[in-house]
Amino acid sequence: MNWVVTVLLVLGVFFFAIGTIGILRLPDFYSRLHAAGKCDTLAMTLTVSAVALYNIHGLSFGNILVSWKVFAIVFFISMASPTATHAITKAALVVGVEPWLKKRGPRK
Amino acid sequence: MMSQVFLATALALVLLIFLTLIRALSGPTVLDRIVGVNMIGSKTTVLLLLIGLIYEAMPMFIDIALAYAFLNFIATIGACKYFRRIKKVHLEDDLPTKIEASV
Amino acid sequence: MKAKLSTFVIMLCFWVILSGMFDAFHLTLGVLSCLLVAHFSGKMLFEGLRVEVRARQIFGMLTYAPWLLWEIVLSSLQVTYIVLHPQMLDKMEPQLIRFKTKLKSKFARVTFAQSITLTPGTITVSIQDDEMTVYALTNSAADSLPGEMERRIALALEPERR
Repeated sequence: MNWVVTVLLVLGVFFFAIGTIGILRLPDFYSRLHAAGKCDTLAMTLTVSAVALYNIHGLSFGNILVSWKVFAIVFFISMASPTATHAITKAALVVGVEPWLKKRGPRK
Repeated sequence: MMSQVFLATALALVLLIFLTLIRALSGPTVLDRIVGVNMIGSKTTVLLLLIGLIYEAMPMFIDIALAYAFLNFIATIGACKYFRRIKKVHLEDDLPTKIEASV
Repeated sequence: MKAKLSTFVIMLCFWVILSGMFDAFHLTLGVLSCLLVAHFSGKMLFEGLRVEVRARQIFGMLTYAPWLLWEIVLSSLQVTYIVLHPQMLDKMEPQLIRFKTKLKSKFARVTFAQSITLTPGTITVSIQDDEMTVYALTNSAADSLPGEMERRIALALEPERR
């Protein structure tokens, strides 16, 4: 059980790191959202389920209740994170942030 | 043994929060800053859970983390709604030239 | 009425999970506040639909979720590849594409938009009625839309309309 928790945590931190590097390296606003939205969702799901798994080792009533709450966080995050990304993109489009497009001919 | 793993994870998260802060501080548009702050918030939620595990006060910290996750989401939505009306956030005049130079 | 009752039951379950106290005082508080919420915003959760319709939608969602989870993993790996690539600007072909969706109900459209955001290389920018604007990171991601995902959502959420 401990090994599973450790692996999940390490994977989660890895994807958090990818998201952070992505948000620093990518060239324009819209592509940064790719890194932010996707990697954060996956990383939060992984780390938070690691916490929930570690927490049920005692298997008492209080522990199960806490784990339920942790899974509520997972559920909420997986719904809220794309919504937030969508809201930011919409705001950017309305405000008029230009997407960075490569210089090339029109697409066939 | 496990508490050391949690401690290391929490330290890594704090480091990543500082890296994200670079984008939140230097982001060319206001919306970049919002994205940065949103990411910091999601990392903080996990950090709160880990603190709860380290100090073995899970029932307390889980509520704080839950409230933080909700607040993070609502703050992002609110900020987006606000800046959708303000048209003058074009602070990225130097961005295209920078990209041209790097290509 | 049915909608209000269902809202009340769901809210009460949520209250019990969140509070974790089972003495008379806390349960009374919970029942009172759940009654208030159910009375004032009972229509919000079901938006005028019949309760059975919404329940079937949620069940369809459950059958769709595992595939979505796998797609999230794939998309994160793809972002990883692009971010860690030394010449990442060559790998990217950013573009805005527009297409019309065949999905009818609001719930299915929102699910579709969320799924596009979470799957490899694409984010939804806006939905106007049935026209969706999507920002794609690569050519292959742009070509893959709407494709299989729309079919799966139609199968899970709107089986009677096919």
